[in-house]
Amino acid sequence: MNRLNKLFETRKNLLSIYFTAGFPNLNDTLVILQALQDSGVDFMEIGMPFSDPLADGPVIQASSTAALNNGMSLNLLFEQLQTVRQTISMPLVLMGYLNPVLKFGVEKFIQKCSEIGVDGVILPDLPFELFNREYRSMFESKGISNIFLITPQTPECRLRMLDEASTGFLYMVSSAAVTGAKSGISQSQIDYFERVNALNLNSPRMVGFGISDNESFKQVCKYANGAIIGSAFIRMIEKSSDIPGDTARFINAIRGGK
Amino acid sequence: MHQPNEEGFYGRFGGAFIPEMLIPNIEELESKYLNIISSESFQKEYHRLLNDYAGRPSPLFKAERLSSKYGANIWLKREDLNHTGSHKLNNTIGQILLAKEMGRQRIIAETGAGQHGVATATVCALMGLQCVVYMGETDMERQAPNVARMRMLGAEVRPALSGNRTLKDATNEALRDWIANPTDTFYLIGSVVGPHPYPDMVARLQSVISSEIKQQLKEKIGTELPDYVVACVGGGSNAAGSFYHFLDNPSVKLIGTEAAGLGVDSGETAASIACGDLGIIHGSMTYLMQSEDGQITEPYSISAGLDYPGIGPLHAWLKDCGRADYLPVTDDQALDAVMELTRLEGIIPALESAHALAALVMLPLKSSDNVVVTVSGRGDKDMKTYMERFSL
Repeated sequence: MNRLNKLFETRKNLLSIYFTAGFPNLNDTLVILQALQDSGVDFMEIGMPFSDPLADGPVIQASSTAALNNGMSLNLLFEQLQTVRQTISMPLVLMGYLNPVLKFGVEKFIQKCSEIGVDGVILPDLPFELFNREYRSMFESKGISNIFLITPQTPECRLRMLDEASTGFLYMVSSAAVTGAKSGISQSQIDYFERVNALNLNSPRMVGFGISDNESFKQVCKYANGAIIGSAFIRMIEKSSDIPGDTARFINAIRGGK
Repeated sequence: MHQPNEEGFYGRFGGAFIPEMLIPNIEELESKYLNIISSESFQKEYHRLLNDYAGRPSPLFKAERLSSKYGANIWLKREDLNHTGSHKLNNTIGQILLAKEMGRQRIIAETGAGQHGVATATVCALMGLQCVVYMGETDMERQAPNVARMRMLGAEVRPALSGNRTLKDATNEALRDWIANPTDTFYLIGSVVGPHPYPDMVARLQSVISSEIKQQLKEKIGTELPDYVVACVGGGSNAAGSFYHFLDNPSVKLIGTEAAGLGVDSGETAASIACGDLGIIHGSMTYLMQSEDGQITEPYSISAGLDYPGIGPLHAWLKDCGRADYLPVTDDQALDAVMELTRLEGIIPALESAHALAALVMLPLKSSDNVVVTVSGRGDKDMKTYMERFSL
């Protein structure tokens, strides 16, 4: 059981924040993680920037390009995270695209994740069948969860298959869109959340894509274990000259505190 | 042996490395494309449009002066004479019929040189379907006449503003559009790239090129097998179509030419086979140009249609198993070939096609050899470049 599993067993209304490693500045990674932990975020997704992030909207694209221009790489990210567990106790998830991980070597990547204390990995373009066949045992032997995405178009049989194979949580893409799309929860999204709820899946679910404020956060928490915010946080941090203070205010506003 | 397996792999190349958001669309297409394409009604309408609308079969022309110069029998497969000026229409006619059969009303496409965008806008006008074409902003500038043509045809041209603002970036934007519009939209990919089943589907729709070459050679010289077939490769659709029916005829040497830009060692190149290694681009495992860290490198070529950092998985496979050879051709070599064909045969080729013609000087030709070179498109769209480079 990793930190993610424990978290889902004990807490509800979870808030997870995604940020792109190496943005806005190359060495902000630990500063941001600390600020998020101090602000009471439940877990963090660290984005491994990629040149061609095709599931992402303009905000995360631009942050990825900037991070790469700053000199971020998978090697450097692992270096930055080498001692992260001395100060950060929250679950950590790495999110990115398959090509840089393949180039790094999947086995070596999982080994590094395990050494550092990474709890989960999200690689949206890693096909389920390939994962199942070639990488699943590698992930499981190190206790690292591979997080699957589900969407409003995912048919029930596939939902059940992904649920069955999931060891962390299911990442519920809130609507047919790339990241950072217009916020606000529509009736058709609520229908989708209710439809998935009615399936009584085993895996916890986090809703992502299009969550950006207290209202949308509260709303999706009614139907899932919590929500993931990415683009809205990146937009905020891009302009920040006080990462700890601004992060605390941002998270507080999402949580609906005063 | 050169067909993809059930998961869309040619050996280790191909597949469908796509996010969950695209899986229902790709699975639907995968489950339907072979049945629809092989149905009698599809074939009848496809060939009616190829013949009466596109103007097929395209001529196979014996280029006498070029033949004397190179000391071999040089045949030109004149895809430049198709309606809209390139081979691209073969594929868009086929896919638009497929989209209609699947009930999709909105068509999206990516384009580099604009030839695929124009061919897509054309069939959308013909069929009365909504059309959105993504094009890198850099390409919109260097291929301005094609942007105007697409707009005349009623398409909306959306600039891709990321990366170097070329074909790779336009493809990313088209994929994002498809993610956001999963139910009403058909993504009409212009080359043998992207997730399975696109590479196989586009190769089949372009295979009319090699099927005609065989028939035409049989009529003209009594054998359907040439010694060489030569075609340029960006993603590789005209090459896939030119090679397709020769893949199982090992006596026919298949030569692809890729854009070397300023040279394979210059860092300013689009030669994915010469300079690339194994990786994933646009949902497909293939050779691509990337950094040591797995970031996809920005390509460069004078030819917008070849300015792509990857190559279709079929070509990566053909290279790996030795069935085809791929030669890098620089900007300057291509420009020389443009002028040579223009002056010797009175045909102004597209910059892309000139990369194929440039291979003639590199091949060890014998006087008995029959060499088919596919002239994939005409040079009208490149006049701005030609005016600058040839001081016209």
